[in-house]
Amino acid sequence: MARSVKKGPYIDVALDKKIEKLNKDNKKAVIKTWARRSTIPPEFVGHTIAVHNGLKFIPIYISENMVGHKLGEFAPSRTFRGHGGKLAERMSRVK
Amino acid sequence: MARIAGVDLPKNKRVVVGLTYIFGIGRSSARDICREANVDESTRVNALTEDEIRKIRNLIQNEYKVEGSLKAEINMNIKRLMDISAYRGYRHHRGLPVRGQRSKTNARTRKGRKRLVGGKKK
Repeated sequence: MARSVKKGPYIDVALDKKIEKLNKDNKKAVIKTWARRSTIPPEFVGHTIAVHNGLKFIPIYISENMVGHKLGEFAPSRTFRGHGGKLAERMSRVK
Repeated sequence: MARIAGVDLPKNKRVVVGLTYIFGIGRSSARDICREANVDESTRVNALTEDEIRKIRNLIQNEYKVEGSLKAEINMNIKRLMDISAYRGYRHHRGLPVRGQRSKTNARTRKGRKRLVGGKKK
């Protein structure tokens, strides 16, 4: 077993508290966070979290499949505009 | 003829090696199967008795995920990553290395043969 399994997942404490509070009051609100390295625990499901990508906050609706991933995985921090000529540029803009 | 889990039948090979022709079974699970089924690893595939073949077939059917269903599971996992729009899903979609390897050079296995990009026109 990997050592990291023994240590358990890392969940940002401040963020967890905020979500807990929302869950208790049965409210939904967009929470801004910089904690890209935080794992998504099951309690986050159904909330919308705005994850910082270095430039702005990307709102992410947490679905069930996302549990166990890190928040940062859903807010890409790089934009790839494509290499080469005009064709490549147009193709990447469509995507 | 030994036909296990679909279409696999390599003869004239040792059983351990022969079993690895099944997608999802490598050397170590092949050894486990041989041990479970009480078959000597070094018997040739075409020297297996009907009984041994049946034992091996049942073992694989009940305890291992192989061939089509394994491939389906792999694709499901990849699809899941793409559906939740995770970074790893995006890398699969673009056909780029998924686990943080460099892609400035190398990564030819994922990217396929080199495609040349023309110089920038003014």
